[in-house]
Amino acid sequence: MSFVSVRNVWQRYGDRSILERVSVSVEKGEFISIVGASGCGKSTFLRMLLAEERPYKGEIRIEGGETAVEPNRERGVVFQKYSVFPHMTVQENLIAAEGFRTTFGRLHGAARKEAAQRADQMLERIGLSHVAQHYPASLSGGMQQRLAIGQAMAAKPRILLLDEPFGALDPGTRLQMHDFLMELRDETQMTVFMVTHDLEEAFKLGDRVLVFDKPRWDPQDPNLIGATITYDFDVRHGGIPHQDILDQFPSLAMG
Amino acid sequence: MRLINHRPARPGAVLLAAVPFVVLIVAYSIASDMRLAANPQDKLLPALSTISDTAQRLFTVPDKRSKEILLWKDTVASLARLMGGVGISAALSLTFGLAIGLLPYARSALSSFVAVVSMVPALALLPILFIVFGLGELSKVVLIVVGITPFMTRDLAQKVMDIPKEQIVKAQTLGASSWVITARVALPQILPRLIANMRLSLGSAWLFLIAAEAVASNVGLGYRIFLVRRYLAMDVILTYVIWITLLAYVIDWLLKTVSRRAFPWMEAGL
Ligand SMILES: Nc1ncnc2c1ncn2[C@@H]1O[C@H](COP(=O)(O)OP(=O)(O)OP(=O)(O)O)[C@@H](O)[C@H]1O
Ligand SMILES: [Mg+2]
Repeated sequence: MSFVSVRNVWQRYGDRSILERVSVSVEKGEFISIVGASGCGKSTFLRMLLAEERPYKGEIRIEGGETAVEPNRERGVVFQKYSVFPHMTVQENLIAAEGFRTTFGRLHGAARKEAAQRADQMLERIGLSHVAQHYPASLSGGMQQRLAIGQAMAAKPRILLLDEPFGALDPGTRLQMHDFLMELRDETQMTVFMVTHDLEEAFKLGDRVLVFDKPRWDPQDPNLIGATITYDFDVRHGGIPHQDILDQFPSLAMG
Repeated sequence: MRLINHRPARPGAVLLAAVPFVVLIVAYSIASDMRLAANPQDKLLPALSTISDTAQRLFTVPDKRSKEILLWKDTVASLARLMGGVGISAALSLTFGLAIGLLPYARSALSSFVAVVSMVPALALLPILFIVFGLGELSKVVLIVVGITPFMTRDLAQKVMDIPKEQIVKAQTLGASSWVITARVALPQILPRLIANMRLSLGSAWLFLIAAEAVASNVGLGYRIFLVRRYLAMDVILTYVIWITLLAYVIDWLLKTVSRRAFPWMEAGL
């Protein structure tokens, strides 16, 4: 049985169909890139994996578990922005990854000391030791995203969900973040879903690249038909080189 | 260069800030001199020297009958009412603001209600408050609470709802309960706003306090002003007005300082 199984998932808002018949199986440790035209429902799909919203139809299971009704510690997430807590220092943000599950959201005494030690190790790993006592607002965009990823990983989720995590970064920083993410992933063998608008990024980082698109168009009412996974490239085994993908799916270029 | 790009240098800026005060004082002295020259018995615009003599007397000389310095007694009474009212309002607005901002059920139940209540002209309720809560301290504190809580609640609830959804979701993925999200994510981020709201509301709070004291009281800054009005004691009134202004300014400054010290993360990005 696969690690994450999405079976026949539909989503609609009002009478607008966003996603339909989405099915995919993901093995433990796979890195899944998700691409598609703007507004086709990539974030919606991620929100359902996150259990921030429930599918209108269908089921999403992690290791055979029930479809979750709200976000929990099984799913880590990093958004394009606002993923860290602005009122906590960098170190406190990492300690919160362990402390928030407690009754009062705080750790005390020995537990806090141990958490602080682990936080410092994580800071070392994400290269933010020198700003441990700074507030996020004083960090660069790349550093904030590194912190956000570190924070999500510190909670030890079973799947990590990234929604355009590097979308707001400049190309140079973006390349650094790729290296950073790949290193982190090699160490942890985390199962990752990443939405991106950058095809190169999708193929460089992903083991598989899922393409979301509308399978057909209803000329009367474009809202009638939702998007689905129209292609599932296996990058590891010489999948279609992404340069050709635009010929097959011209709508991707609009994203 | 455009006007909007002309900036005063540092010493000039301080000087410039002093100008309106100096103008006010000079204008008052001239007006007062003119009236006193025409009629030495004039009480409407007492000379600055008279006011300062009166102030000295009010601050230092005890009342003959009660052996107490009335101005201090008034100040203590008024400040207690003001702090009580503003403090209770702050606590209430924080509680309801967090509830409305975070809990969909509380939002459905309360947000329209608070919006309507914040339109009630609190002063018009004064007679009712006196009837229900009597003429003592309670009715004055309640007037302040009724007057400023709805507005503060609305604003704080909005501020809670303005917290990016991403943060709330992130906290849930870290295993935070509703309570932890309230206490560790929402509360710390709206505390600066609470203090800002208290600063804004203090103006109305003083207004409500003085109105309530003027109508029914036997001690308090507002009570005294309206008492001596009968004798046209402008020097006393002006002393009290200046004193109230000073108190209000100091309280505002204290809150501002507390806010800046307590929330260093607010300024991290600047
Ligand atoms: N809560 C909602 N209520 C109604 N419509 C929504 C809601 N969330 C998203 N939508 C709509 O669903 C569609 C898909 O949105 P989604 O954010 O998933 O797209 P996306 O593929 O992530 O786009 P982008 O690449 O621009 O981020 C959009 O047309 C959006 O307007
Ligand atoms: Mg999106």
